[in-house]
Amino acid sequence: MSNSTVSRRHFIKVTSVAGGGIMIGFNLLADGIAVADTPGVFNPNAYVSIDSKGLVTLMSPNPEIGQGVKTALPMILAEELEVKWDKVEVEMAPLETKYGNQMAGGSSSVRTRYMPIRQAGATARQMLTTAAAQTWGANEADCYAENAFVIHKPTGKKLSYGELAAKAATLPVPTDVKLKDPKDFKIIGTSVPNIDNKKIVTGQPLFGIDTRRDGMLFAAVAKAPAFGKTLKSFDDTEARKVTGVKNVVAVPSRNLVAVLATSTWAAKKGKAALKVEWEDKTPLESTTDHFASFAELLSKTTDRPSRNDGDVEAALAKGKVIEATYELPALSHANMEPLNFFADVRDGKVDLYGPTQIPSRLRNDVANNLKVPQDIIVLKMPRQGGGFGRKLQSDNGVDAAMISQAAKVPVQMLWAREDDMQNDFYRPSYMYKYRATIGPDNTIAAWHLNAAVLADRGASIPSGFPAASIPNFRVDNHTLPSNIQTGPWRAPTSNAVCFADESFMDELAHEMKKDPIALRLELLDKYKNNPTGKANYDVDKFKSVVDLVSQMSNWGKNKKPNTYYGFAMHYSFATYAAHVVELTKSPKGDLRVTKVYCAVNCGRVINKSGAESQVQGAIVDGLSHAMFSKVTFNKGTVEQTNFHTYKFLRMKHAPLDVVVKFVPSEDAPTGLGEPGLPPIAPAVGNAIFAATGKRYRKLPFELGNA
Amino acid sequence: MATYKISVNNRLLTVDADADTPLLWVLRDHLNLVGTKFGCGIAQCGACTVHINGTATRSCQFPIAAVGNYKVTTIEGLSPTGTHPLQLAWEEVDVPQCGYCQAGQIMAAAALLKKIPHPTDADIDANMTNICRCGTHVRIRKAIHLAAQEGGAKK
Repeated sequence: MSNSTVSRRHFIKVTSVAGGGIMIGFNLLADGIAVADTPGVFNPNAYVSIDSKGLVTLMSPNPEIGQGVKTALPMILAEELEVKWDKVEVEMAPLETKYGNQMAGGSSSVRTRYMPIRQAGATARQMLTTAAAQTWGANEADCYAENAFVIHKPTGKKLSYGELAAKAATLPVPTDVKLKDPKDFKIIGTSVPNIDNKKIVTGQPLFGIDTRRDGMLFAAVAKAPAFGKTLKSFDDTEARKVTGVKNVVAVPSRNLVAVLATSTWAAKKGKAALKVEWEDKTPLESTTDHFASFAELLSKTTDRPSRNDGDVEAALAKGKVIEATYELPALSHANMEPLNFFADVRDGKVDLYGPTQIPSRLRNDVANNLKVPQDIIVLKMPRQGGGFGRKLQSDNGVDAAMISQAAKVPVQMLWAREDDMQNDFYRPSYMYKYRATIGPDNTIAAWHLNAAVLADRGASIPSGFPAASIPNFRVDNHTLPSNIQTGPWRAPTSNAVCFADESFMDELAHEMKKDPIALRLELLDKYKNNPTGKANYDVDKFKSVVDLVSQMSNWGKNKKPNTYYGFAMHYSFATYAAHVVELTKSPKGDLRVTKVYCAVNCGRVINKSGAESQVQGAIVDGLSHAMFSKVTFNKGTVEQTNFHTYKFLRMKHAPLDVVVKFVPSEDAPTGLGEPGLPPIAPAVGNAIFAATGKRYRKLPFELGNA
Repeated sequence: MATYKISVNNRLLTVDADADTPLLWVLRDHLNLVGTKFGCGIAQCGACTVHINGTATRSCQFPIAAVGNYKVTTIEGLSPTGTHPLQLAWEEVDVPQCGYCQAGQIMAAAALLKKIPHPTDADIDANMTNICRCGTHVRIRKAIHLAAQEGGAKK
């Protein structure tokens, strides 16, 4: 974990801007990010601008997908800059090299930018302080910054940042600046509401789908109805007769036909009137076959286990073998804002505006597809109606650009929900087969996980808990090749394996007649005192959340009638989370998750409200998918075409309260967009077992009324 | 194609559109009122919720030809100053994450408060049926209770 100060190797430059302001740019080396495809390189980064009137503009570099970084990152900047939050303007930065790695993914934004952004704010503050000292002919040590003023301590005289901006712009940039002592933080650690709340609640245009430009046409697209099919031919005679339809273009390289019209509705009707023929190019796959193949794969182990401590087979041979198989379905990202993009590819220019979690990847892929240099592409990002990993892919931007190039007009491409469901990069399906045995000392003597995943690399996490706490421990990971598109989905791999691991752990606790939390603590102690190899987690931090959630939920001491509890925990994106679910049985026998307690250790919390909101949201999101959601394929076609069959939790299924507490920490911030999600599904499953005695080993649970 | 005169946010507006055009697309594409959102097109998610004569209605399944003399209210017209108690409560409780579904949620909640000025949790369960993909349900509930206390029913 990097919480050292930013090194001086970071190249710093300052340029004057119109109005006598200063702009400060930085190079920084971004931390390793799980899903990034770009190498960690030194790039110019975040900046501050202050004009002569004192207007402070903070650029927010990373895409805002609902994870709150357009609020959190500028908070960090404002803290070190010493300005009041209500006096700053925040702008979403466009894609530019000087902003470094502008990515929303891997719960990385705050943890990778925390120190560089503090440094950026502190540098600006220090230069303004120097400017004031020079103006007064005073000793700089006698001057300090506060609320956008520099104050001369001995006399009390002060100058505003606006008054100092022009002079500060002429100063050399200090290479060694002093960061604030965290005990003096005024903004970091407080609750700051989402920066765009006012615009959101009054319906202002904020999202890609809201883009309106002169001469723009609305594009609906016909895409392949199944994975495995490609475009053969099309007849647009009837489509062109639809009022409002202006053009129909095919983009064979993208396997699509686009109908361009003066309104979304006309484009949709035009698309309905298109006659498109598709031909089979690769096998048309079905979910039932995938699961049959998983079972076949899991009848054997691999030649090269991902982890192999001790001798699992020998240990299993000594006792009763406890076996269990878990199944998880594919899932759609189903962002509330269906995929869209605005593109204007004309006259040697490429103007792009739309939702993306990795704008640099999108620009690169557009350049390659259009066969144009990257430097003619201007890419800006709106606020985005969800991300969840879907927009790590670039297909929406590339398709829109190709359509605009073919039709020679600016277009807003918008997918119908049905397109979105059929053309996702799904959370893959999984099957997990466990075998374990309990030793004579009533501890877990052997644990074998044989895991399979559809078309994805990581079926499980071999160094994750309970790795290194069990003497005979083996993990085999299998991948089933497929032509179904799969990709990262909020907390990749963790969102699946945590359900299986933490449910099976609960099974073992019941087998051993141990309290489920006591069993986890026993295993954590084993890793600490007598480890079998290395694991990816820290025992004390794990215990910090287990202990806190035990207290919060009054674990083991609750006597409420018709109320049942389940526990699960997980470590991901450098953050520890532990959940206790409270499940209530109604007089009719219906089960509802009425309350969730959650403890999180994510280092220092930047925005209390935003952080709590991310965790609450991750829990409800995870609960929703665990209860209701699945994607199944029939001959390459997704069977859940819209929200009548791809189901989500509604208010009547939502917990009445989700109580989140953060372990107080002076450590640098870690990830927060994803870590709250993985433990909820197993915590619910474990509570259902407590309530019913039935172990649900297959998601979704499909309990209650959908 | 036909010409329709419809009342939106207390203004009488003229629209040339096919009779089957959903009100959602009339609002977004013809009238440039983009606060009403498209989510599913089959009246499942509620992102497109507007008021038609005060009743929460999913505009993606409501054709322009059916609007007639009804009064349509969108998120832009809920309060001229953006200070409806629900809007203030949404800010106070810091409800939005991505924000995309929230206009529809607020419109659904506003119709609920008109019907039931002080809703119980069970009332909220029964009446708030929109999808929120970010999982802001806990804060939505809290904001509705807060707005009810602050007189959301009177607006």
